[in-house]
Amino acid sequence: MCLAVPMQLVAMGADETGTVELDGIQHTIGLMLIEEPKIGEYLLIHAGYAIERLDCAEAEARLALFRTLAAIHRQETGQEVLLVAAPLRPETRR
Amino acid sequence: MNYIDGFRNQDAAARYRVTLAQLGQEWADQGGRACFMEVCGSHTMAIARFAIRDFLPPSVTLVSGPGCPVCVTDPGYIDAAIELAMQGKIIVTFGDMMRVPGSRSTLAKSRAAGGWIESCYSPVTALELARAHPDREIVFLAIGFETTMAPVLAMLDTARRAAIPNLTLLTAFKLVPPVLAALIADPELKIDGFLCPAHVSAVIGAHAYRPFADTHGVACVVAGFEPLDILHGVEGLLRQKIAGHATVDNQYSRVVRPEGNRIAQRLVDHYLMPADVSWRGLGVIPASGLVLRPEFARFDAESRHGLTVQPGRLNPHCLCGEVLKGKIRPVHCSLFGVACHPEHPLGPCMVSSEGSCGAEYRFASGGVTR
Repeated sequence: MCLAVPMQLVAMGADETGTVELDGIQHTIGLMLIEEPKIGEYLLIHAGYAIERLDCAEAEARLALFRTLAAIHRQETGQEVLLVAAPLRPETRR
Repeated sequence: MNYIDGFRNQDAAARYRVTLAQLGQEWADQGGRACFMEVCGSHTMAIARFAIRDFLPPSVTLVSGPGCPVCVTDPGYIDAAIELAMQGKIIVTFGDMMRVPGSRSTLAKSRAAGGWIESCYSPVTALELARAHPDREIVFLAIGFETTMAPVLAMLDTARRAAIPNLTLLTAFKLVPPVLAALIADPELKIDGFLCPAHVSAVIGAHAYRPFADTHGVACVVAGFEPLDILHGVEGLLRQKIAGHATVDNQYSRVVRPEGNRIAQRLVDHYLMPADVSWRGLGVIPASGLVLRPEFARFDAESRHGLTVQPGRLNPHCLCGEVLKGKIRPVHCSLFGVACHPEHPLGPCMVSSEGSCGAEYRFASGGVTR
């Protein structure tokens, strides 16, 4: 529930948002909680917002752990773990 | 069974086993026994997954506390969300909440019965739905500890500045330090140390635990998530016991600052104020939750939609409350693995992947050694 994933900030967007990248996939996240975010730095992403910055070595170590756990999960259940859900497209119903 | 093979650095894991055995013996020679509690769902999962308890000396017990915000959400909040869905409101919440039992039903069943209930990864989903459906009321069921509050409020701040009129929060926010204080005060528990949650600490700062060390003599270590981090954390707690001096040892200073994230703290303080709130299985704990300040009542689902969350009804046979307090291990519950399992969860600790019961069922069923 408090899972937070390190991602690299690759671009700044409008309204205090930014684009972060993980494994070649880009996500738009909120930067409102970080003081002066800089392109290239690693951020800890939780629930669509950056909650803290972290150095490159720490980010790599964390991502390695997630990948180990994801591989274990795959072996045990045959299911993929999504660290970050796909971007939302609100369904239009009713 | 032990998963030492699962450690990426098996030599280091083996070294920890030796170190902890030596320290445990030293502590036992002083006549000591120690009970440490972890209060983070990710720690709970890693402890079960890597059989961390197999590494502990006989003089040390490791219990799981209320580290999963899903597990501690009173069923009354789920009842209220289901009621709002039946009134035609669109409910948005984190996916982990969908199968958690309310008093009579779950959000998943309510969705199957026609309620519009969206599970999300980010609260921004609620904002996007509010923009996409201006004719509908959107209610975000806002559960979470300090880590999650800041993103939810960042979303609310955007909604307020954009004058979005059809979005409210059903707040079920919980604070970690007050529940730790309540657990310390419980005469049936004797907690000697806390393995503090890393991401909660990133927001509130390592200093937040100082009263536990300074006033209550409870050892505190802020630990990372690697299995080796957790072993290192237990070692740090044990060394504090042996030295006879409790302190806050921030082993995760690479991410957690002593003062925490000030921007997040200011945002929380701007929108929310403390309130006495009910924790599933633990009852009402004074000032252990945060609710919207009166000036933001128009964003409060309870006042806006004329409803008051009432404490819900629990399954009388479910012992999640005792599990959350660390008084029993999941396998001591008569429902565990029999009537209650991940495919058919009767209690929240089995629903959530971070819950003690779910973690124990998946990784360590029957492996009770202490």
